[in-house]
This record gives sequence, structure tokens and C-alpha cells, in this order.
Amino acid sequence: MIFRKYGIFIAFIAVIVILSIICPSFLTWKNLLNIVRKSSIHGVMALGMTFVILTAGIDLSVGSVLALTGVLCASFEHAGLPVVLIVIATLGIGAIIGSVNGLIITKGKVTPFVVTLGMMSVARGLAHIYTDGQPISGFGGSFRYIGGGDFFYVPVPIIIFVFTLLIAAVILRDTRLGRYTYAIGGNEEAVRLSGINVDRYKIAVYAISGLTAALGAVILTSRLNAGESIAGVGYELDVIASVVIGGTSLMGGRGSVWGTFIGALLIGIIDNGMNLLIIPAYWQLVVKGSIIVGAALLDRLREE
Amino acid sequence: MTGEYILKMVGISKEFPGVKALENVDYDLKRGEVHAIVGENGAGKTTLIKILAGVYRADKGQIRLKGENVSFQGTRAMIDRGVSVIYQELNLIPYLSVAENIFLGREPIKNNCIRLINWNKMYAKVSGIMQLFDIDINPKARVSTLGIAYQQVVEIAKALSLQSDIVVMDEPTATLTGNEVEKLFKIIHNLKRQGVSIIYISHKLEEIKQIADRVTILRDGEKVLTDDVKNITTEEIVRSMVGRDIGKKYPKENVPIGDELLKVEQLCSKGVCEDVSFNLRRGEILGIAGLVGAGRTEMVQLLFGYRKKDSGRITVNGRSIRIKKPLDAVRAGIGLIPEERRNHGLVLELSVFDNVTLSVLDCFSFLGFINRRKLGELVNSVVDKTKIKMHTYRQIVKNLSGGNQQKIVLAKWFLRNCDIYIFDEPTRGIDVAGKIEIYRLMQDLARNGAGIIMISSELPEVLNISDRILVMYDGKIVREFKGGEVNKEHVLSYAIGAVRDSTTYTEQTLREDK
Repeated sequence: MIFRKYGIFIAFIAVIVILSIICPSFLTWKNLLNIVRKSSIHGVMALGMTFVILTAGIDLSVGSVLALTGVLCASFEHAGLPVVLIVIATLGIGAIIGSVNGLIITKGKVTPFVVTLGMMSVARGLAHIYTDGQPISGFGGSFRYIGGGDFFYVPVPIIIFVFTLLIAAVILRDTRLGRYTYAIGGNEEAVRLSGINVDRYKIAVYAISGLTAALGAVILTSRLNAGESIAGVGYELDVIASVVIGGTSLMGGRGSVWGTFIGALLIGIIDNGMNLLIIPAYWQLVVKGSIIVGAALLDRLREE
Repeated sequence: MTGEYILKMVGISKEFPGVKALENVDYDLKRGEVHAIVGENGAGKTTLIKILAGVYRADKGQIRLKGENVSFQGTRAMIDRGVSVIYQELNLIPYLSVAENIFLGREPIKNNCIRLINWNKMYAKVSGIMQLFDIDINPKARVSTLGIAYQQVVEIAKALSLQSDIVVMDEPTATLTGNEVEKLFKIIHNLKRQGVSIIYISHKLEEIKQIADRVTILRDGEKVLTDDVKNITTEEIVRSMVGRDIGKKYPKENVPIGDELLKVEQLCSKGVCEDVSFNLRRGEILGIAGLVGAGRTEMVQLLFGYRKKDSGRITVNGRSIRIKKPLDAVRAGIGLIPEERRNHGLVLELSVFDNVTLSVLDCFSFLGFINRRKLGELVNSVVDKTKIKMHTYRQIVKNLSGGNQQKIVLAKWFLRNCDIYIFDEPTRGIDVAGKIEIYRLMQDLARNGAGIIMISSELPEVLNISDRILVMYDGKIVREFKGGEVNKEHVLSYAIGAVRDSTTYTEQTLREDK
């Protein structure tokens, strides 16, 4: 019974305990901060993805949207825009790309898988075209503060991550948008018959996913001190895995951003642990993939 | 009450690709009356309701609501104008709370800039409604944790909370037990007193005689008549619905009972059913009575290998067999016509042909290639036998009426020539004429030597059609009766657990074991 409800949390603690024992450098303040800071990028993206998956949808385009908004963000900085404007413009573009996904999915009645798979290629391609494959690098100090600065000893990306988590949690719990997100995943037809504009809310959900992908882009670009069109390749794996490991059902209707938060940290910890244990990069992919499928299997067992 | 008309629908016509659903239908509703709509499956009742609810746009005709002409504006507009519909297939969100389901789309919002939902107000309002109508459900409970009867009540509470002038109930009692039906009727009386008008759709004509003021009868998309309920007899209603005399409501012929076909011993599954033992003979119809939740459906699903059993022995035709998955059961000659036919019995997006042949493709293919010609002949014969109404067997199953869909599920197993047919609620949501056809088909099967298990919540059906009746309560068989020698009250007293003398049954089982 306890495992059913807190399975992910138990796994989370277990991984931390095991890594602390076999790897002394794991449980240090510096390393833990490092893990959370690294996790904040796929973490914020996973928070947006949670909305999409709660409606029983999927967004495969997040990694490419990160690349495209990242290079745009870099050129905004080079154009000399103030930091606040850079962030607003980048997030806005992310939300627009997400809305395009949502529009095609709802009005064109194409499945989310196909639409976002296409967008994955389109956005990546546009990012390459825009930069001609060259990184846009070298930013001013105020922009680099977002990814590299500290605020009262806490890295800024962590603050952004936690703040986004709180906003997402309130939206999901206490607003119509949030409740309809659950409702659409539970029984879309019933929501429609209740006289709710389902399309509008589904578009909003994909816009949120696009927006959080752009937020990830802002953090990553600032942190790397460069906008690159090859950034975020394969990120959709980490992002979707965070959501699924966090207990959100791919069938929609069930899950929470709190679970996603833990899921994202768990992915970060596993990455970090494998690095500390000097597991070769190729093997890391195998281990991570297996862990994701294993988590899904565990979830199935819990349901039975 | 008063003679004031709140709704007038005039000359409504609607055509779907290949089907004329409604043809020039008139319907009106007075304030504070219950006006029933009856008709066979496919007569156009649901279409008419969906036009009123703003789901479909009528091809022709006019809707006047409270003296105003209403144009097509979608579901939201009709809800706002005071029309709420409780659909036959419940439309609830499983993982949201009762209160959220009731207020879906109209959540009270706090008066501030970020527009958060006002939970306290929502729960208070729901509690108010629950008290007003004497309903005992926790507004914070998740809908998925409620039984189907309570889910229905949540739908009704939703309509009540909308303070609608017109409440449409589409087969509201299909899944309710006697007690719950009475409670519903009390709610309906309450609504009438407050001037709410009710459109009541049901196949259960006794109910209509009891609760409705007027009745409109539809047949093949056209209106046959509208009259006061007290001016018309049940027999007249049936005749108008079907267009002819249908004869006995429960045709039962005597079929010679043959050898033992199936023996189930000590079937167990924790929390579902306990020590269930019974047998079935050729030519026999074995009825299983009990309340919703007594474990009847679960028991036959265990037998069919759709659920995992903890223990139990199953013998078919004298051979002990292991059933671990549905395929094992099908190979042993068992066919299941499930309760939820849309979810478990059919592939809605496929054609009649594909659905009917699903169970026999393995027998009519060579190296993986399907013999379509041979299958076509078979499908034609079985469609004739079951009288499925359709244009062509390439038609998609989704658009057919409930009764016809049920016949397709039957046809699927007929093709397979099973020895044992398990019918789970075979006539739920099916009209009088359709029911009689299904009883006839069952008896045809029995006459040809098959054995039939029939689960049904409709006691008259169990009592009149079965040769033998098992009563289940709380996962156990509590009593066995011979068909025709027992009355409704007697069966019911066992089904609700009021009387328990399981000794009779255990003794009999023990005797057989010796």
C-alpha cells in the first residue's frame, strides 16, 4: 500500500542511499547543488510536458524547440536587448511554437505524436539554417547570471526550477486550466459535452510545453555562454522519462508535477552517479533507457 | 401543472450518411411535466435529444425554447439556456472529485486577478444540493471510487446544480437497482414540484406508466403518436413502437436437457468470488441473478480466463481443462457476450464483417491469407439468422444502434459454433422487440445442444427464461432455484443477502462429489 503511493519516493531515497555508500564524493553539498542545477533544465521542460501528458498527449519536439529558441535567445542578446526582454521574447516564441503544435493537433485532428515528431525536425532544421551550424557565443554578465549566478548562495537555475514547479502546481490544482487538463485526459468527450472549449485548453497545454522548452533554452544558453543549433538533442528522452518516472500516466488524467519534480531529480542523480562511477558514456545510455522502461514496468505492477 | 409550453420542437429532420435518423418529428414539453419518449433502438430518440442538446444540428425544423427561436450554437449555449442532459453512457471524469464533476465548466472562481478556483464555495454548494435531494455522497470522493449507481446520481446532481428548466434523462434506470429507482423517482417528483420539466427516455414501459404524464412514441425516425399516459395501455405502446403485435414478452419453449457440458468446481479469486461451483447441461439456460457488485460478471470473467483465478477446476465435455487466458476458453468452445459490449465486445471502428469474423479468422485462412469468399457466405447466413439491421456489412459498427451492436457480438460467437455461450446482461439497453429476438436466439442455440449461462439484473427475464437460477451474493452462490417455481420476492431476498441458507447448496455440491 505504502509502495503504491510513494513508490517513486522510496526509489528516490534508495538511489541516494546506495550512491552515498558506494561513492563518497556523491553526498557533498557541492555535488548535490550541481545535480539540481543540471536537472533544472530538463526539469522545467518536464513540468510543461506533464501538462501535455496529463491530457493523454505527447510533445516530442521539446529538444528541438530548445535549440531553436536557444539560438534566437543568443542573437537577441547580441542585438543588445535588455535581459527581461530577451527572456520574455524567447518564452513567447516557445509558446507560439507550442501553439502551432496545438492548433494542428486540435483543428487539423492529427495525432500529437505525428505533429510533434514533425515539429521536432522542422524546429531543428530552422535552428541549423538560422545559425548555419555555427554557435552564437559570448554574452554579457547580466545575461550569464541566469544560468551561472547565485542568489543567496543558491544557483539561479534552481530558483527558477522551484519557482516554476510552484506555479505549475498551483495552476494544476486551483485553476480551470489545470482541472480541465486532468479532465480532458480522463474523459475528453465528457468535457466537450459539458460545454467546455476543449480545443482551446489543449492548445494552451502545448503552448505551455513550448514555453517551458524555451525556459530550458534560456537557462542552457546562458549557462553554456552560447546558443547552438545542436543543443538539446535527445532531451525529449530525459523530459518524458522524468514525467513517466514521476508517476504521470501516459493514458492521461492521473499524475502531478510533484512526481515530475522527483522524477527529474532522479534522472539527474542517475546521470551524475554514472559519471562519478566512471561508467562509459555509451553504457550510460543503455542503463538510463533500461531504468525508464523498468520504472514503467513497476508502475504497471502497481496498478495490478 | 400549468398548460404553458416551455419547449416546442417542430418538423425536426436529420440525416446521417446513409441513414435517415429523424423525419419531420414534432415534440413539445409543458412546464413541470414528465414527457417520456419511447421507441425501438434506432428509432431516433437519442438523435432527437442530441439535437436539443446542441450536439447535432438539425437538417430541418425549428426549436422554440421558452417562446424564443433557438438556432444551433453548440452544447454550451443549450446548457446556458437551461437544458441539461444525462446521457445513457455516463460522462464523468474518473479521477476528479464528485464536486468537480458536478461543476465541470462552471467552477466558482475567487474574485481576484489570478482567477483561482474557490474550493470552499464549490464543496458547500454541492453539499447543499446533496442535502436538498437527500443524497449521501461525499463531494470530495473521487468518482472512480464510486459504484455505477452512485455515478448516475452524480450526473443527476450535476443537472440539479445547473438549475435547469429541462432535464433530459436517457435510460436513467438501466443500471439502477429497485431501491435506487425509487430514490430517483422521488427526485423526479421533487423536480416536478419545482416546475422543472423532464424528458424521460426508457425501455422500461412499467416505469413510464408510473412516472410520466405524457408519452411520445417514435418508430424508424418518425413520430407515431403523443398521448397522455393514462389514455394508453402498455400493450398499445408496444404495438405502436414495433408496428405489429409481438406476442409473448418472454417466449419460453421446452428444450430437452442433455448431458453435462460444463462443470465448475471451487472457483476462487480473492475478493471477487469464493468457492463457486455449478454445472451446465446441453440445452439448458442457466440464469444468474444478483445485485450489481455481487461478483457475477467477475465470476464469468474468471471462467473465461479474462481474469486470473486463484484456484478452481473447470471441466468441459468431461475433460478437465486449464483456462489461463480467453484463447483457452474459446478453444474449449466457450463464447462470452460481455456486459460492456462497446468496450469488450466490439471493435467500433471496424465494419460489421470484420467484427463478426474476428473470432473465426484462424479457421478460414491458409498460410495467413483469409478466404474472404467463404467468410462472406458465412457472414450472410449469420446476419440473416440474427436479423442485424444494416445497409451493407462493410458499414462501421460504431454508427449502429445498441440492439444491432449486441446482435453483432452474438453473431461473432454463432460463427464459431460454441458449445457454451455466456451472456452477461444480454438485453441491457435493448428495446422490447429486440429482447424477444435475443431470447429466441438463445433458445435456438439451446435447441441445437448448446448450454447457456445468462447473467441478468432484470429479474422477470431471469425468472421466465431460465431453466435453473443461481443467486449470487457477495461473491458466493447463495441459492439455486428451478426456473418457473420461484417468485421475484424470493429470489430478491437472497440477492440482497436478507436470507442466507447456503447449506442447501453446499450439501448438494457435496452429494455430487461423492
